[in-house]
Amino acid sequence: MSPDGEVRQTSRWAVMRFALPLGIFLALAVLLGVGLGLNPREVPSPLVGKAAPHFELPQLHRPDARFSANDMRGKVWMLNVWASWCAACREEHPVLVALAKAGTIPIVGLNYKDKREEGIAWLARFGDPYLLSAYDELGKVGIDYGVYGVPETYVIDKQGVIRYKRIGVVTPAIVKDKIMPLVDELNRAK
Amino acid sequence: MNSIVRNKLIAIVALLMLTALPAAAGEAAPAAADVALEKRVTALAEELRCLVCQNQTIADSNAPLAVDLKNQVREKLAEGRSEREIIDFMVARYGDFVLYRPPVKNATLLLWFGPPLLLVLGLWLFVRTVRRRRAGAAAPLSADEHARARALLKIEENGRS
Repeated sequence: MSPDGEVRQTSRWAVMRFALPLGIFLALAVLLGVGLGLNPREVPSPLVGKAAPHFELPQLHRPDARFSANDMRGKVWMLNVWASWCAACREEHPVLVALAKAGTIPIVGLNYKDKREEGIAWLARFGDPYLLSAYDELGKVGIDYGVYGVPETYVIDKQGVIRYKRIGVVTPAIVKDKIMPLVDELNRAK
Repeated sequence: MNSIVRNKLIAIVALLMLTALPAAAGEAAPAAADVALEKRVTALAEELRCLVCQNQTIADSNAPLAVDLKNQVREKLAEGRSEREIIDFMVARYGDFVLYRPPVKNATLLLWFGPPLLLVLGLWLFVRTVRRRRAGAAAPLSADEHARARALLKIEENGRS
């Protein structure tokens, strides 16, 4: 082997020795960086694209009247799971009130594991964007809808299929970019 | 105090202590018939993830949702549903994420086989490095290399003198 070739060989090794760990480090940094950006709370729901589970519950304001998910057949509607004990719901509430005022989509509330009088007082204080609220005292309907972090919001189409689910606060950006385009599209469909 | 009265007193105190035992345990002891059911509930609850506190099973967690889900498990087992049916019930609502032991699927291949793969890769690198090092240390110099080494040493000696 000529000395010249040897030098080249050595320098190539040096580059490898430097580049390999650096490459591995960068790859790991990117992987972990992406991982950090993910929200572990956002578990993909198996319910999107499936029929909304049927339920029938007493209404929050009228304990003797009932609400059935079937009542909303033929309409595009939103089901919003809320509770007076849920701090994030308060953050989300003005967005729902504005959405209800615009009148684009009927919103049904699912008052989840709440005390009836506290739920009613909460709506009296912060405004009631709901067509009505169904009263899920024991959280059984919540389980059927895979609820684990209130607030949660579902957009359900005319056939009663869940088309969108949001876990956590609905922001104005989500309304504008996700919910409104979807609702327009679903309303146009038969 | 005569001995009969004393014995009676002891008996009463002992009885009182016995009745106090379940209260001290903090929760009602399940009736004998329920022991088998409770065992199945716990076994199944240990397979299900609490979605609120994601690194716990619903057996470990006291989050309200975990308690609700445990009650669902208990109710359904009492109704005579099988473990499989209950797991399907949970997966239909919460997805595979609810399973503490994720199923082997395309999406989870890396999760299941990544760590053993890395271990094998690491072992292979380790063995290779050790072998190379040993081979490098043991290999005698060829005549050519001897000559070059001598030449280099001579240059150094000359330079120093």
